[in-house]
Amino acid sequence: MSAYDLPDQRGHFGPYGGIFVAETLMQPLAELRAAYERLRADPQFQEEFTEDLRLYVGRPSPLYPAKRLTANWGGARIYLKREDLNHTGAHKINNTIGQALLARHMGKRRVIAETGAGQHGVATATVAARFGLKCVVYMGSEDMRRQAINVYRMKLLGAEVVPVESGSKTLKDALNEAMRDWVTNVENTFYIIGTVAGPHPYPMLVRDFQSVIGREVRYQIMEFEGRLPDALVACVGGGSNAMGLFYPFLDDAEVALHGVEAAGEGVATGHHAATLCAGRPGVLHGNRTYLLETDDGQIIETHSISAGLDYPGVGPEHAFLKDSGRARYAAITDREALAAFHELTRIEGIMPALESAHALAYAAKLARELGKDKSIVVNLSGRGDKDIHTVAQLEGISF
Amino acid sequence: MARIAQRFAELKKQGRRALIPYVTAGDPESWVTVPLMHALVKAGADILELGVPFSDPMADGPVIQRAAERALKHKVSLTQVLDMVREFRTGDAATPVILMGYLNPIEVMGYEAFAGRAAAAGVDGALTVDLPPEEAGELRQALRRHKLDAIFLLAPTSPPERIRRIAAAASGFIYYVSLRGVTGAAHLDVREVAAKLEEIRRHTDLPLGVGFGVSGPEAAAAVAAVADAVIVGSAIVRRMEESAAQPDKILTEVPRFLAQLRAAMDGTAPQMQASGASR
Repeated sequence: MSAYDLPDQRGHFGPYGGIFVAETLMQPLAELRAAYERLRADPQFQEEFTEDLRLYVGRPSPLYPAKRLTANWGGARIYLKREDLNHTGAHKINNTIGQALLARHMGKRRVIAETGAGQHGVATATVAARFGLKCVVYMGSEDMRRQAINVYRMKLLGAEVVPVESGSKTLKDALNEAMRDWVTNVENTFYIIGTVAGPHPYPMLVRDFQSVIGREVRYQIMEFEGRLPDALVACVGGGSNAMGLFYPFLDDAEVALHGVEAAGEGVATGHHAATLCAGRPGVLHGNRTYLLETDDGQIIETHSISAGLDYPGVGPEHAFLKDSGRARYAAITDREALAAFHELTRIEGIMPALESAHALAYAAKLARELGKDKSIVVNLSGRGDKDIHTVAQLEGISF
Repeated sequence: MARIAQRFAELKKQGRRALIPYVTAGDPESWVTVPLMHALVKAGADILELGVPFSDPMADGPVIQRAAERALKHKVSLTQVLDMVREFRTGDAATPVILMGYLNPIEVMGYEAFAGRAAAAGVDGALTVDLPPEEAGELRQALRRHKLDAIFLLAPTSPPERIRRIAAAASGFIYYVSLRGVTGAAHLDVREVAAKLEEIRRHTDLPLGVGFGVSGPEAAAAVAAVADAVIVGSAIVRRMEESAAQPDKILTEVPRFLAQLRAAMDGTAPQMQASGASR
């Protein structure tokens, strides 16, 4: 098999990806593509990026052998990639640093972003403060209500948070609104997309910036196992933490890749966000990928306990990896994720984000399936502090 | 001859510019659309642009997005939009109808099925906002097989090589987006538009329509002086929104507004007053 080299020149991962935007955005995307192609090959840019990841984000993040968890599950050896220990508490910052550097090189002084739970918004506001860029974050008004603390956090960082009242007032609508801002202000504005979705080159460049996760795992696992892990597990909303982990392993056929979506109240109930497991291919937000939609092709509202997985699309590269069979995708319910949240907190003293708890819940099943002589790396994509309110509320506790 | 080309040929002979109003199908109620289409033709529309509602209209401003939301409340589907065109055709065999919308509902129906059903319903062309020519090959072929025009956008940011490519892919007419931004934005700079249209004309003989920012009679007149067609969307949809609670009023207010645009446009091209009066 030849080495994996997608996307192609036009941003296609097989039938997925591509550029599906109005003509107004074609030229700005071409400029972004040209700038990224140039900087991607520029050692000085890569050096700048690597230094910021080291000194500002705190990389490399540890690969932690979770021995008590392993014993508890009684199966494969579990390693946690601790993206939760990054500055701002999640993997999101790897990408926002990269894109902010790109913005600076392109001479753009204003950055915009969409956010659902607020994690990507906070990561964008953070790097905007760090680089002295003006920052506007679009957030569904419904999400702003649910994530008031993150809204305040962004404001403290100097960002303007614009409530989005259209549609379902959630992440997908914030994305529409950010696109509109970009189309209007493209001359001085850089749009920092938070996941491996959107028109080419976004899925590629976000993946590239996040792939530091998998590159670190490749050498970190050697200390413990002396060989590559048998399986990687990561949660998938848009899918950036999963792509970041998977990408450096795509050519290693012996490493199984598992993406975990949000089954919400159960895929059969219709209240879920399991796009790859239950959706079908379509076109949204600038790319062709799997979508959750009605029979008429209208995008539907999704449900998950975890706002970061609550998205009706998914990165096009995941769509490709699913169809090609290179990666497998499963879904975990709210209830299972919540149980995993508690388990990790109590057993290892690590409070995972509810997003990451989906990956953990699936890893527990996989560990038993694989058995004791195998190893699994789970991407702990974020910390759970942001979810304490959600968890408390579900358990009937008010502060 | 295709209805769109024929209409532009007639207008050219008369020295007139086309007036193309946009309405979202099913806004605010499904029954409004067909009578409104007839009323718009009576008020001076030369071609009708019918919006297919989509849940995530990324290239539209808030006005047209809300129109889509009103229509989607009654679950107006692409199939129903085609039914509306079929019904319109029973009373009007001459006025070209263009569907404007996003790719996903067409993907779900299937390109070939869409083109076949649209042609059978009496549709003349399709403008798929989020489908640039690079990705449009298959849909264009399906449209061509059923003798439908594929209408494409050009923008102020389109460089010469894209103008050439789009001019080669397009048929019917080319829709020039007169400003950066989404539908319904302000600040239309007619001089800038005129310069760009001149550049585009070096690459194509297709008629050029201008839209995105034609807010009222003055802008319509100014655009009519430089373009082959004036496309008015948000300004009309805004008036529909104002009367959304009384759909009957829409059927009088919106055509009245269109008639004002028509009058303003006709004022800019004096040679066409005779034919204008006959409408």
